[in-house]
Amino acid sequence: MLLRHTPPEIADRKALTANPAKTCQPIGAMYAAFGIKGCLPHSHGSQGCCAYHRSALTRHYKEPVSATTSSFTEGSSVFGGQSNLLSALENIFTVYEPDVVAVHTTCLSETIGDDIPQIADKAKKEGKVPEGKHVIHANTPSYVGSHVTGFSNMVRGMVKYFSEGTGRRNGKINIIPGWVEPADMEELKRLAGMMDVKTILFPDTSGVMNGPLTGEYAMFPEGGATVEDIRDAGNSMGTLALGEWASADAARLLDTKCKVPCKVLDLPIGLAATDRFIDTLRLVAGTTVPDTIAFERGQLVDLISDYHQWTYGKKVALVGDPDQLISLCEFLVTLDMKPAHVITGTPGKRFEERIREIVPGDVNVKAGQQADMFLLHQWMLNEPVDLIIGNTYCKYMARDLDIPLVRHGFPILDRPGHQYFPTAGYKGAMRILESILYAILDRKDRDDPEETFELVI
Amino acid sequence: MATTKKKALPTPEQVKQEIISKYPPKVARKRAKQIVAVGEGEEGCAPEIMANVRTIPGILTMRGCTYAGCKGVILGPTRDIVNITHGPIGCGFYSWLTRRNQTRPPSPEHPNYMPYCFSTDMQDEDIIFGGEKKLRAAVQEAYDLFHPQAIAIFSTCPVGLIGDDVHAVAKEMKEKLGINVFAFSCEGYKGVSQSAGHHIANNQIFKHVVGTDDTQPAGKFKITMLGEYNIGGDAFEIERLLDKCGITLVASFSGNSTYDQFARAHTADLCTVMCHRSINYVADMLEQKYGIPWIKVNFIGAKATAKSLRRIAQYFGDKALIEKVEAVIAEELPAVEAVAAEVAPRTTGKTAMLFVGGSRAHHYQDLFSEMGMKTLSAGYEFAHRDDYEGRSVIPTIKVDADSRNIEELEVVPDEKRFKPRKSEAELKALQEQGFPYKDYEGMMAQMEKSSLVIDDLNQYEAEKLIEIYKPDVFCAGIKEKFSVQKLGIPMKQLHSYDSGGPYAGFKGAINFYHEIDRLVNSKVWGYMKAPWQKNPELSATYVWE
Repeated sequence: MLLRHTPPEIADRKALTANPAKTCQPIGAMYAAFGIKGCLPHSHGSQGCCAYHRSALTRHYKEPVSATTSSFTEGSSVFGGQSNLLSALENIFTVYEPDVVAVHTTCLSETIGDDIPQIADKAKKEGKVPEGKHVIHANTPSYVGSHVTGFSNMVRGMVKYFSEGTGRRNGKINIIPGWVEPADMEELKRLAGMMDVKTILFPDTSGVMNGPLTGEYAMFPEGGATVEDIRDAGNSMGTLALGEWASADAARLLDTKCKVPCKVLDLPIGLAATDRFIDTLRLVAGTTVPDTIAFERGQLVDLISDYHQWTYGKKVALVGDPDQLISLCEFLVTLDMKPAHVITGTPGKRFEERIREIVPGDVNVKAGQQADMFLLHQWMLNEPVDLIIGNTYCKYMARDLDIPLVRHGFPILDRPGHQYFPTAGYKGAMRILESILYAILDRKDRDDPEETFELVI
Repeated sequence: MATTKKKALPTPEQVKQEIISKYPPKVARKRAKQIVAVGEGEEGCAPEIMANVRTIPGILTMRGCTYAGCKGVILGPTRDIVNITHGPIGCGFYSWLTRRNQTRPPSPEHPNYMPYCFSTDMQDEDIIFGGEKKLRAAVQEAYDLFHPQAIAIFSTCPVGLIGDDVHAVAKEMKEKLGINVFAFSCEGYKGVSQSAGHHIANNQIFKHVVGTDDTQPAGKFKITMLGEYNIGGDAFEIERLLDKCGITLVASFSGNSTYDQFARAHTADLCTVMCHRSINYVADMLEQKYGIPWIKVNFIGAKATAKSLRRIAQYFGDKALIEKVEAVIAEELPAVEAVAAEVAPRTTGKTAMLFVGGSRAHHYQDLFSEMGMKTLSAGYEFAHRDDYEGRSVIPTIKVDADSRNIEELEVVPDEKRFKPRKSEAELKALQEQGFPYKDYEGMMAQMEKSSLVIDDLNQYEAEKLIEIYKPDVFCAGIKEKFSVQKLGIPMKQLHSYDSGGPYAGFKGAINFYHEIDRLVNSKVWGYMKAPWQKNPELSATYVWE
């Protein structure tokens, strides 16, 4: 057994986190920043933070992840990181020539109390930031919230630094997609395009974190939301923020700053959440939904009905990020599956409530501190499930408990696909259902006695 | 592309000038000292290279931090210590299982905490009011859950800043729980790279664990293996060979290791050093305190493996052992040579670049040369000058403020346990026979004249090197992998081995030959252009005929 030391008896823990179901803010800020075209994320702290975040994102996306660091030394930790950031900015704009440097802080620079806007301002005054180039920032103390909070903070930073209302509406709808895969961002744009709705989607990592192999390397690929687009987001008719945890803050700031009204929706993962997304988009844009979208939806419903006997009543344990888990649980309920244990390390009072609203009957749910995979494992030891949905770290529990695993969330370190094939929208829901069915039916085929080993399922 | 004819290459000086021309003057001046060509220095001497200096802010470095070096590298491969990261969640999370250290507990009942990640997950109130209380509680909770033999505490950046006394907490909990509890002040901002973390880790293991158990392991020829971390199962292959030769591995620092091995390390009669960078000072301390001599070994490459086994045998000077080692080499080598010969037509004449670690960029050159491949350029991520230029330069290395921050232990002979394994006369006699006791000649001594050696290579420089030299394979780590491959150059990770390995020992050499053969001859690099991109012009045949 790989996790041989996890006992079924659950003792209350107040200080020790074991096998976390979250990581720290800066990595979310780094990922979000890759959704701006021509942007170089910069980590203001020790170089290890940047190295770890780049490694984790690289392992997940199998793509170049270029980000810089202030490389704090003991001296900078005592005297502050101003001179490190100043020389970093000078070097970055000279050597790499990005359009935007998106600075995020770390627990180190936050504890010291470095004032990023003041340092960036000084850099500008000293001519270290070329004309027309931008330095934006987000405070992302690692000891608050989680990686999702960091993502949200950087998206908010985009609005804060770039979005401007000129008073002239541009007829567009902003979509803030939340922490989803590049393929999902692509899918949201495709769906909006099918409805003829003009959108500004930011951040947009499609084409950045799922690029082609051509023999050429561009540090700043063609993808990403442009600064002009994010600026123009202040003139849009409205904003759809997908996911309370990852997107709502930025949308609300757009509302206060530029008077662009917003609606916060669940991530469009699964049938019902995608329905709400499409229907809301239709209403706010004043358009009709084309038959082609209704057709995709119909295909999903068809697939659900074709294989309902295999999903019905199956118990599932889930671990991941709040926005994802809310929609996933809802989809599982749609499939007549039963979320039994739900864990997120990301704090948030509303999470437990939302899950209990969505899931009928008893469900173990916990968010925040000590809501970790160790606890999830213990729950499963006490109440076994038929399926686990979560990131790659779940494979240890899946192997020990001999339970099939569907990989979803961040990070997925050991299987391809998530970069290229969406889980959002109706097509995405079909892909999730396909993965679930493969997992369940492969297990059935493995375990069935010879006489009931079925050819046709 | 491997098949295209290469034009004459610019001189190393031209390459260097081209690289640094892009930098602001201050950066250019510094980088100029970190880029040297072999053969540049005085006759017979390696040129001086600037190494182990601060990373330049804003330059896309490969380096990680002190915490990574301490918790990830050194303590990562030890299975039976409960490692608690004291800090916000990230550091613990990122160092959770990502180094591919393998371990083989003897039975399912033996402890193995490696698949676990433990953290105090510090929150803002812990930063404001101090985290000692939470750390104490976390140690207690870990003890109550697992009852381990030892618990280790690792400090992250904010811990040093807010002044949590992790060592006091460790001491207090050690007394309270009756198990060994020790802490590492391995805040990420210390030192200039992972190297500082290795030092901090090794110092604490030496202070708190080594020499605490006098149980004498069975066996006639007892050695330690220092600086081998069992990536991809390397240690298993080395252990297999040592076993076969009848050599007892008392302790490994720290591939496939246990707490007890550290505690009994002082019972060995010879220390062998794989990664000179991460651990040579432990070898020195084991000699000073317990009288165990050390030698540098290298189990990467078939020839190097054979040489290392022979050196160990030569040290013990036992005829039966020497014969046994020769028999093992004779038995193992034919299979290796057969594969080398099989891949040779496809690998000979190909070129490689290696920018990785603190020893791997040197060791792996042996494997490449066994395949007839030339190393065009190499460098380390976190090494010091002696790893490039050899140990003879150690007295001339300037100790700067960053290095001074890393504790140097004062070691004196242990009253009870110091026992010189060889007399000075014996050691001298061995040295006269060409036995390289306590020596390492560094990377440059092995490299061809005019090869570029670059310390702390960054992404921009890597791109430039590829553009100029068009190597057939580039070796570095995960962060560099895909920017290199986007350029159409296969990239081999020499930290994690891309989930491959082992590459150590004889079986490892076979694995590596096959892997490099696969990489440099992969068809995928020929797929990058679509037919219409290769022949974009419209010809008269564009209509159906």
